[in-house]
Amino acid sequence: MKIAVCVKQVPDTWAEKKLRVDDSTLDRDAADGVMNELDEYAVEEALRLGEAHGAEVTIVTMGPDRAAETIRKALSMGADAGVHLVDDALHGSDALATSYALAEVLGGRGFDLIIFGSESTDARMSVVPAMVAERLGVAQLTFAQKVDLDGTSLTIERVTDSGFDTVSATLPVVLSVVEKINEPRYPSFKGIMAAKKKPVETLSVSDAGLDAAKLGASAAWSSVVDFAARPPKAAGIVVVDEGAGGVNIAEFLTDQKFI
Amino acid sequence: MGEVLVLVEQSDGAVKKVTTELLTLARSLGEPSAVWIGPGYSDAAAAVLAEFGAQTVYVAGDEAHAAHPVAPGAEVLAHLVGMKAPVAVLVASSADGKETAGRLAVRINSGVITDAVAISADLVATQSVFGGSTVVHSTVTSGTPIFTVRPNSTPPVAGAGAAVRSDVAIELSDAAKKATVTGSTVATKGGRPELAEAAIVVSGGRGVGSTEGFAVIEALADSLHAAVGASRAATDAGWYPHQYQVGQTGKTVSPQLYIANGISGAIQHRAGMQTSKTIIVVNKDAEAPIFELADYGVVGDLFAVVPQLTDEIGKRSA
Repeated sequence: MKIAVCVKQVPDTWAEKKLRVDDSTLDRDAADGVMNELDEYAVEEALRLGEAHGAEVTIVTMGPDRAAETIRKALSMGADAGVHLVDDALHGSDALATSYALAEVLGGRGFDLIIFGSESTDARMSVVPAMVAERLGVAQLTFAQKVDLDGTSLTIERVTDSGFDTVSATLPVVLSVVEKINEPRYPSFKGIMAAKKKPVETLSVSDAGLDAAKLGASAAWSSVVDFAARPPKAAGIVVVDEGAGGVNIAEFLTDQKFI
Repeated sequence: MGEVLVLVEQSDGAVKKVTTELLTLARSLGEPSAVWIGPGYSDAAAAVLAEFGAQTVYVAGDEAHAAHPVAPGAEVLAHLVGMKAPVAVLVASSADGKETAGRLAVRINSGVITDAVAISADLVATQSVFGGSTVVHSTVTSGTPIFTVRPNSTPPVAGAGAAVRSDVAIELSDAAKKATVTGSTVATKGGRPELAEAAIVVSGGRGVGSTEGFAVIEALADSLHAAVGASRAATDAGWYPHQYQVGQTGKTVSPQLYIANGISGAIQHRAGMQTSKTIIVVNKDAEAPIFELADYGVVGDLFAVVPQLTDEIGKRSA
């Protein structure tokens, strides 16, 4: 079985994030880059499926040079190989362009399973896995909190607002996972050393056979008009509980007409 | 005025509140038409859609549309966009809604903006990004604009519509039928409102300390007809189910009132709730960063303050 895991390098989850003044894109230099947290669960699930069923796990990313760190981390967790799509022409690509590029790189490589984290912690759109499934014409099993592979039949529990749906499909499948699904492993020292020898294929836009006219900020299907930092919230009232804290809140809620 | 398509969100055939919000918003952009996917369309549903201004209701009522996730909705909407050339398509910012919008965008080669909190008459969307720290205005520059809109962004206001039924019969693509829903399990506790849609959310965090501790959080929530949320510390510890997590890796909520109990206010959590209209904080640590967001905060033991508040609400509501 061949598994691809699509990962994204994002600003550290705990850092304040900003947009660049010049082109309204995410300022990736303002914070350390880390593997999108939800993608760690995707890598872990790929490794577990590989251990149980036998699979080659390939990490795929699209991003600037330093996104190679994210591939390296996934390889040190145990993945087998990496593909890094890197090109200045990709800068400013929106979700539609990203899904186009990923689908082109993924298609034709014979992957049985393509796994994503359910969203990135920077853009938080949660649309790229569905878009890639649509473009490739393969089954979409997304927001999985549990995955069960039986031969070529994959069944997941898809998280819903009220619980979960059970959804099944036959491979090939585009899968996305939520953090509840597993506990990602830390890279071992041995894993980190082994990762240095694993193959990473670097592709430019032309290497990948992509149409540059469909990529980057100039080709985006939407554009930013303007942006601004949210004005700081006016300081509220803070009191120390001296036995009537609950009543104090009730009075505030009554004044605000909540009760 | 041009037509605005609104994808209906429903739960067991009942129209969800977010759809009434989207219809209200759609009336400021053009003439709203609702789109119903799957079986279960009823007079009761029609009455709600009419009350909030739907002039037409497109009903794609085939059982098959409900048997497969996401893709059927995108294919029905793509068909309607081709037939009706609407000025915009509005979808709720739920997991299903965002994925439907994404697939639709690919199908009709149009731009999509997710998580809008407002849309002006000239179709400029307002988004609150990076956990509410930055406000962005953006537009779709290519194709038919598709927007997903956050629940609780537009107060629903009634406005009469005819809700004329128009049945839509399309053959789903083979690709849309590749994933099949074989079951649905409801894990929502005790008839509370859904977290993403609730007007009031009461949350607990590390300070709640245990599964049992959440009983005081639930009691307060029930006194206010609120949804219960939890910080990641509480869901990771297994004290409260994962689907109630509010934060960067959980749900984003924007209720009228958010009550944070025993939550320190790391960016992880703030990113999911700081656009709430009014925020109440109870925490025993006066230095907790969550107090920076508080409209009203009490430094104290939540196990003293919260039950007292619940009692007091009971007295005042009686």
